[in-house]
Amino acid sequence: MLKDITLGQFFPGKSIIHRLDPRTKLVLLVVYIVALFMAVSWISYGVMFVFLTVSITLSRVRLKAFIKGLKPLVFILFFTAILNIFFTTGGTVLVSFWKITITSDGLIRAFFMLIRILMLVTGTFLLTYTTSPIALTDGLESLLSPLKKIRLPVHELSMMMCIALRFIPTLIEETDKIMSAQKARGVDFESGNLMHRVRALIPILVPLFISAFRRADELATAMECRCYHGGDGRTKMKLLRYKFLDIKAYGIGVILLAGVIVLRRFGL
Amino acid sequence: MAPILQVKNLSHIYSIGTPFEHRALDEVSFSVEPGEFIGVIGHTGSGKSTLMQHLNGLLKPTSGQIYLDGKDIWSDKKLTRQARFRVGLVFQYPEYQLFEESVYKDIAFGPKNMGLSADEIDRRVREAADFVGVTEEQLEASPFDLSGGQKRRVAIAGVIAMEPEVLILDEPTAGLDPAGREDILRNIDRYRKEKNATIMMVSHSMNDVARLTQRLMVMSNAKLVMDGTPQEVFNHALELLEMGLDIPELTRIFLELKKLGLDVAPVYTMDQAVEALVKLRGGNSHA
Ligand SMILES: Nc1ncnc2c1ncn2[C@@H]1O[C@H](COP(=O)(O)OP(=O)(O)OP(=O)(O)O)[C@@H](O)[C@H]1O
Ligand SMILES: [Mg+2]
Repeated sequence: MLKDITLGQFFPGKSIIHRLDPRTKLVLLVVYIVALFMAVSWISYGVMFVFLTVSITLSRVRLKAFIKGLKPLVFILFFTAILNIFFTTGGTVLVSFWKITITSDGLIRAFFMLIRILMLVTGTFLLTYTTSPIALTDGLESLLSPLKKIRLPVHELSMMMCIALRFIPTLIEETDKIMSAQKARGVDFESGNLMHRVRALIPILVPLFISAFRRADELATAMECRCYHGGDGRTKMKLLRYKFLDIKAYGIGVILLAGVIVLRRFGL
Repeated sequence: MAPILQVKNLSHIYSIGTPFEHRALDEVSFSVEPGEFIGVIGHTGSGKSTLMQHLNGLLKPTSGQIYLDGKDIWSDKKLTRQARFRVGLVFQYPEYQLFEESVYKDIAFGPKNMGLSADEIDRRVREAADFVGVTEEQLEASPFDLSGGQKRRVAIAGVIAMEPEVLILDEPTAGLDPAGREDILRNIDRYRKEKNATIMMVSHSMNDVARLTQRLMVMSNAKLVMDGTPQEVFNHALELLEMGLDIPELTRIFLELKKLGLDVAPVYTMDQAVEALVKLRGGNSHA
């Protein structure tokens, strides 16, 4: 079923990670990613790994969710690893046949690359799994608000993102429904040549677009009825406020980044 | 007569193997004779739509079998595709599936997919349009210029044009005004009589199913809990109420009368009600 795709899915909860301010989590994610790219040795990767593991444990999100989210990436990961193994030279040669040589450097590089991507994606999942889309867009809007000075419509952009996120599951469900209805009228998606299959999409796409436009219209009307007029002078019911917890989290972030940089200095 | 449809121990679990696993059908079995008009009732989320989508092979059973004319529809790819055409399914709010530029083309979509000749398609489209009361001028109009009720008729015609032996309708009258509802129900019954087709209709309107059908199936929590004539089912009026289902107004009134100590049998149609009341008066005058 289309519906089962994990797409920035949110798992509600009350853990420490859930309670962090979305801005804190966004900034920490950036810090984490920077640190990840600064890491060069087993030790610094080890530090990063401990940080990630502790965060995941604290979030109480089940490990299964992360594994499920990573599944679609298996191909990319595999491909990256293969490329790194075959196209890195240097180090001792382990295997050599025909035009292919596999070196110890290649293996190590592939391994680090794999770990890096895995940790990067898992860290991002941790953010989307523990932060509701609304909190996320709120946080983003607040972080980007200085850009209003250069006339970037920050509020409108974040509102658009929020609405898009909100309607993804609705549209997926709708696509499912329309597909079933047209299958009941004998559309065949599974056989025929490419042209035939593309044509079979028309009965899906037309009703889908029509309903998307209808929804957009209804939503616009509903927003207007509630006197929505963009970001100017708009106040919030739920104000984002930093708590002591956030300060501690920022502290940990700074220490992490500083630690990895220092380790790098010493070539570790 | 041999049953046209047979369902054996049908179970369906959505999103199997994920945390969102959900059992929507649990060991459902029944069989359907040609020409029956069956009403399917049940509370929201009881699995009615899921069951209906199994009958024409849209959903694959997690376990259990569906036989169409005695043949398991999943035993052969050809049979599955045949089931799509022989069992017509009109979805909830079918008007949202319209897509062609004219009403005529939209109704012709199903028959065209069946690979029929142009003449045959034309005959079926006109006949189906006539069945649901779509006029000649409307055939050339864009389906998107019609009103909600008219769109619904066009969508139903789109399935009727495939001339299915079994016609399944999922809440065909939801959101229509009383006159429009009456009209659609009458057309459905006419289709059944003229083509000797079998009808299964999911409905939340107890008055409609009580009046039209000869057999009622009641779904509750993924199970088929009752299956019988409307009389048999409405005899269990209290159980229906406990399941959160409605009962026909007359049945409700007579239930109250009974509570007041009057000796009346459960009824569900006006004729029965009159009869029961006359009998009651007769009984009283004897006393
Ligand atoms: N595509 C799906 N994926 C996962 N679960 C589903 C899906 N479709 C339905 N369900 C679940 O299966 C159960 C039965 O749904 P179904 O649509 O068959 O109910 P219904 O009896 O038709 O209800 P209603 O009267 O509201 O139409 C519901 O609990 C629903 O949440
Ligand atoms: Mg339903």
